[in-house]
Amino acid sequence: MEAASGAAAPAAPYLQIRGVTKRFGTFTALERVDLDVEAGEFVAFLGPSGCGKTTLLRAICGLDPPSAGTILQGGRDVTALPVRERDFGIVFQSYALFPNLTIRANVGYGLAAIGRPKAEVERRVAELLELVGLADRAEKYPAQLSGGQQQRVALARALALRPGLLLLDEPLSALDARVRARLRGEIRDLQRRLGITTIMVTHDQEEALTMADRIVVMNRGRIEQVGRPDEVYARPATAFVADFIGKMNFLAGRLLAPDRVEVAGAELRFEPPLDFGPGATVTVCLRPEDVVVREVERRPANRLTAEVGVMEFIGNHFQTTLHVPGTNLDISADLSINAVRDLGIRPGRTIPICLPPDRLRVFPEPPRPS
Amino acid sequence: MATASSRPLATPLPVPAAAPRPVRQALSRDDLVMRAGLGLLVLWLALSVVLPLWALLAKAFSGPAGEFVGLANFAAYLATPALSTSLANSLLIAAVSTVICVALAFGYAWALTRTCLPAKGLFKAIAAIPILAPSLLPAIALVYLFGNQGFARWALFGHSIYGPIGIVIGEVFWTFPHALIIVTTALATADARLYEAAAALKASRSRIFWTVTLPGARYGLISATFVVFTLVITDFGVPKVIGGSFNVLAVDVYKQVVGQQNFQMGAVVGLVLLLPALFSFLVDRLVQRRQAALLSARAVPLVPTPDPLTDRLALLFCSIVAFAILVILGTAIFASLATFWPYDLTPSLKNYDFDNMDGGGWESYRNSLEMAALTAIFGTAIIFGGAWLVEKTRRFELVRGLAQLLALLPLAIPGLVMGLGYIFFFVEPSNPFHFLYGSMAILVICTIAHFYSVAHLTAVTALKQLDPEFESVSASLKVPLWRTFFKVTVPVCLPAILDIALYLFLNAMTTVSALVFLYSPRTQLASIAVLNMDDAGDIAPAAAMAVMIFLTSAVVRGLYGLVTRGFLARTQAWRRR
Repeated sequence: MEAASGAAAPAAPYLQIRGVTKRFGTFTALERVDLDVEAGEFVAFLGPSGCGKTTLLRAICGLDPPSAGTILQGGRDVTALPVRERDFGIVFQSYALFPNLTIRANVGYGLAAIGRPKAEVERRVAELLELVGLADRAEKYPAQLSGGQQQRVALARALALRPGLLLLDEPLSALDARVRARLRGEIRDLQRRLGITTIMVTHDQEEALTMADRIVVMNRGRIEQVGRPDEVYARPATAFVADFIGKMNFLAGRLLAPDRVEVAGAELRFEPPLDFGPGATVTVCLRPEDVVVREVERRPANRLTAEVGVMEFIGNHFQTTLHVPGTNLDISADLSINAVRDLGIRPGRTIPICLPPDRLRVFPEPPRPS
Repeated sequence: MATASSRPLATPLPVPAAAPRPVRQALSRDDLVMRAGLGLLVLWLALSVVLPLWALLAKAFSGPAGEFVGLANFAAYLATPALSTSLANSLLIAAVSTVICVALAFGYAWALTRTCLPAKGLFKAIAAIPILAPSLLPAIALVYLFGNQGFARWALFGHSIYGPIGIVIGEVFWTFPHALIIVTTALATADARLYEAAAALKASRSRIFWTVTLPGARYGLISATFVVFTLVITDFGVPKVIGGSFNVLAVDVYKQVVGQQNFQMGAVVGLVLLLPALFSFLVDRLVQRRQAALLSARAVPLVPTPDPLTDRLALLFCSIVAFAILVILGTAIFASLATFWPYDLTPSLKNYDFDNMDGGGWESYRNSLEMAALTAIFGTAIIFGGAWLVEKTRRFELVRGLAQLLALLPLAIPGLVMGLGYIFFFVEPSNPFHFLYGSMAILVICTIAHFYSVAHLTAVTALKQLDPEFESVSASLKVPLWRTFFKVTVPVCLPAILDIALYLFLNAMTTVSALVFLYSPRTQLASIAVLNMDDAGDIAPAAAMAVMIFLTSAVVRGLYGLVTRGFLARTQAWRRR
């Protein structure tokens, strides 16, 4: 991203979160969280409800300050600053639009209060409404707008004072699926164009994967993994992440060598090697779509023969269970429509498959319940 | 992203700091202003509610010279046969009135909510009449109806209206709308699905009534029972006018304090009156919590279906009750307009010539208007602002909790007790607020305190319906909270604010109990003039003044209706989609 790559020397991260802990009575909502957010980055906090993602967001903006820890924003220690003295704009799940004020007054609410000249306020409001594509709705009241439009008004209002940090708390979860999909792209484009550092809280993995530069996966008040969407998806750092994002085969196994594991009677190779020591019980993870059925003979490792079980037609692919004869190994697999067509795969057929070693993820523990 | 390529696959977490230090958020100017406001509110409530109550307690345990005498006053009270008879009388009257009133209110509410009764709006309006009049009005009307020269005296078969019969009828009239509001609310929140399920299981109508309707309304009935019981046992207007020689506690307090200047004994009786009120307050709090849990968000509202027989019976019942209310009101109006009851019934305004009678004249009526207006204006500002501070101040839990507690306390204090506390507290020359004694201000302060709780709860309910993030958004936009208060909170809550103002105005116009101890010759009030003129034997002018109070309340209420329909429709355009 352009915004972050301008400086020659590696600039300090825009937001530095160190040892942030939040307790409510005896309950610990955040446990010593450390995180850096670069300037201009779009970061998503992803996790199940109660994982602490909203708590972390509210700690960052001071609405619910942390019990302990430090937060630096743009080099300034903001940990204990009152909300008003911070530099951020926020969009809530409910939008919290003022129902008795017009769209124009809502967007200009902050500008008018800090005593900017009227003409300037007018100009800025017009510019913002243009930006979110609602220029013709300025005189309406919030209740007269659709959910998606209200969402964009809330976004325009949050951007009015040109904040350095934009916070989005479940911004799309009150909308229906079609509007949500469209707004995902719109918000992402807007964020890119403005280059504004943005943090979004969401429980929807699809939202996080499609919108964010980096995803922070959280569970039980801790960060499980931080990474680009493709990293988090392809190389989950923990069994929890593997379970929470996407679909996953979880297979109980026993380590035979640093790069070999025995799973339900089958022996599989994996990369990169691990050093838990032979005999350790592990969990082997494999995404259903990573099961290879084409040109299996070219693959050197982990070639198996499997019986095809019931095939469910999902629309853009088939979902099925593959059983490896002579073992107890059952793997759920997603097969593309054209692979099924080209190879003539049908329920009951026996086909060669490959489980690519670099696609297997091996964890020392089973996935923790969230 | 600049860093992405240089980083290993799963981005490692940054190096943690050595030891996280505890955080204390600095207070913003908003926080400081709101905390200061909350402090003032607590101070105000302490001064206008707690300290007077404390003065009353202290008085009950001290002798004529102010020395501490322990329970001596209570012993003297119990040893006075006349006073303990009053206790028995009060309990009897309250129990009988409560049973009759709640039963009538239940029938009326049931007809309004569960049948296809015609002219529901009219029946609702008639049922609300008693709330617009002081409790003295029904008592005076009863004198004209059934008194020594009453035109319906034969209906009592030789019994006297002066005594328990008259008190019970008067109290039932006066408390009926209070019970009706509670029971109607309880019945209105029925879940239609329960009735459909019962009907599908072939339950008979009476079985449905006993197994679904009644249990659903039971918390409302309990609540109404306690509210009515407390209102009756602490009311002083009705028994004062029509009680004759039948003594009750509330009148005893008046006699002890105003008649015999025995403040200690007055305080003791006042404390006895505090008990049922306190008890009913606790029960009500408990019941309210359960009632809320009873209503699920997915409940389907019940729409009554026509049933000729039921609807006709409901019409008959409601007509009888409405007729009784109209007769009582009509008698008071008629008697006030008669030249010389019962000999010369030609209508005249002779009885409205208050300036040529005892009781303060038209001046007292103007005082009442002024007092009610001041109470409505200042009371609404203090109570709504206070509720906002309690709801919206960040953290500061202890003081917020204290303010909330003090705001609800007046609900447990009968007006008579409140008024007693006020004289004991303010009459002391050593009290720095002694200068308020005998002023209009003390009447306004006392009335605001007396009716604080219900208005506070109305405000809190309205505030709780606002998005809790309005204040967060304002802070993030660097807008001071007072600006959001005036630009968003007040306009959005305007209907509730007007409700509060109306409630305070009507109660200030009609109340007698607290103020009867506090008025001075300069601050005579209309409702107290009714009492004094009745005391002096000028019953027709008393009726006339009571009618004036009723008319004023009715007009204000009518204006309120117009305002909410016209003005609100224009300013609340944003509510329309």
